[in-house]
Amino acid sequence: MTHSAATNTAAGSAGNGAVPGPAGPAVELCGLKLRHPVLNGSGTFDAIAARRVFGEELWRRFPFSAFVSKTITPEARAGNPPPRLWETPAGMINSIGLPNKGLEGFLAADLPALAELPVPLIVSVMATNRDDFARLVGGVAAAEGAAALELNISCPNVESGLVVGESPEETRALLERLRPLTEKPLIVKLTPNVPSPAPVAAAAEAGGADAVSLINTLRAAAIDPASGAPWLGAERGGLSGPAVRAIALQQVREVVASVTIPVIGMGGIASGRDAADLIAAGARAVAVGTENFRDPAAGGRIAAELAEELAAGTDTFSA
Amino acid sequence: MSRAASEASARVEAPLGRRACEVTRNVPSEGYRIFSARDRDGPEPAAGQFYMLASERGWGSEDGRPYLARAFSVADSERERDGVRLDFLVQAVGPGTERLAALEPGERLWIHGPLGQPFSPPRELNPAAPGAILIGGGIGVAPLALWRRRLLAAGVPARVLLGFRDRANAGGLELFDCSEIRLASEDGHRGHRGYVTDLLGVLLEGDEAAGAAVYACGPPAMLEAVRAMCAAAGAPCELAMEAPMACGYGACFGCAVPLAEGGYMRLCVDGPVVRGDRIETALIPGSGH
Repeated sequence: MTHSAATNTAAGSAGNGAVPGPAGPAVELCGLKLRHPVLNGSGTFDAIAARRVFGEELWRRFPFSAFVSKTITPEARAGNPPPRLWETPAGMINSIGLPNKGLEGFLAADLPALAELPVPLIVSVMATNRDDFARLVGGVAAAEGAAALELNISCPNVESGLVVGESPEETRALLERLRPLTEKPLIVKLTPNVPSPAPVAAAAEAGGADAVSLINTLRAAAIDPASGAPWLGAERGGLSGPAVRAIALQQVREVVASVTIPVIGMGGIASGRDAADLIAAGARAVAVGTENFRDPAAGGRIAAELAEELAAGTDTFSA
Repeated sequence: MSRAASEASARVEAPLGRRACEVTRNVPSEGYRIFSARDRDGPEPAAGQFYMLASERGWGSEDGRPYLARAFSVADSERERDGVRLDFLVQAVGPGTERLAALEPGERLWIHGPLGQPFSPPRELNPAAPGAILIGGGIGVAPLALWRRRLLAAGVPARVLLGFRDRANAGGLELFDCSEIRLASEDGHRGHRGYVTDLLGVLLEGDEAAGAAVYACGPPAMLEAVRAMCAAAGAPCELAMEAPMACGYGACFGCAVPLAEGGYMRLCVDGPVVRGDRIETALIPGSGH
């Protein structure tokens, strides 16, 4: 009941179409002035597809204060064989496999459509070696339209065999390679599949990152009850949703204590209260992911609820 | 009536975000149930489109499941005085469908939609088609009921073939509200003893195939049989498919269906109604689960 009331409030505030989406509190994130602190997690909202489904209403009431694209890789990828999804208690496992058009396809087909977004665009990129990462960052940064880049480092460096985001040394070396290529903000998306993300976050800052975001999904699996074999086409996937929320909260706390750059917190946010908890833990902004699947307007509802939480000045740590 | 007919094939845009609808009815239909919701703010859906559904209360109460909303084709829909009535056909087979099958009038249902690509008019599918052939299996008869109603309103004749496994896995016939349905059942409790695709095979024999426009919805094995039979007979067909789906609007990329040309489509935005010649098989890993 309060949910629909908040959504209606958000819709009403954007009635003239001049200022999209829900109202404040405004935040500044590495130079980007955002109307409220709620972004989307990469790969959890496709603004182009959603515009086909919801039409111009999506632009008038855009749920997020900045839009984070799906991850772009150097070459086009079809994605993993199905099945790609499994529902878990209070969450889900996905094994999507980063389907995307590749750098050239993104620049030619998607970026012009995303340039019409009513909010700043953050482009997520991933590669399996530093040269390809450099090509992606250079290509996206040179094009009009991207306000910032997010580096998805939850992937192996094929040259070292190490997952970049699991290694402070790899992370710092990658950032030192990419930092000179652009003055646009570089946000490093941290993996939660480590004992603590804090050393990697500190290495990202030392290498020149402007912000870090976390958590990515947690490695997870499901068994096909009929066969006893792995359910997912790619056998393993990533867990998200409210099931990971408490883990995200602690990892954000650890990272906030180890860096001076802004932290974007995410992991199982389904309400303004959940978002307020991550902000209380020190996050500058938050991102909504899996909840978007359950409600395409979740970002706007959560931003409106968060504004109420923060205005009420409640003690924001959950007991 | 003519308005509904002219809009029958156009994809209808959805309002942004989920909205709460009042459940107005939930009645048994043999082994299935039919429940209705009053959508005060939404548009009339096109036949073949679907909604994502979740009960407002008791969604995720036991073992944290169901968590995600569930995709349901609209079985029937009419604009009424106080909104659009949406009818859904459900069989309780898992935590989500069990909860939906137990909805009580007065409860509230979260919906977003209408979503996806609807059925194409027969003349678009096959310029030589004088009418449509609708073939449904099990719970998959649902979207064909609305499609038949819209075709009827447009004056397009439709033959309807429906098949069921047995009495426990049958229902929804009242949604069709007509007598000229041909029935099949695997256990022989009604109609032809065997598969509904046996009935399709008879229709596709001879000269009829060249003028056929076939629309199918049902379990993956049935859809694959229809696809293969139509391909062999040179009869264009559209299949209303299903795949595991988290969002319904292109966000999660979970509902990947392999394309004949290589790569995948997202069934939620490029389907759920898919031309038979776009895929090599309707047996999608994870569907029918």
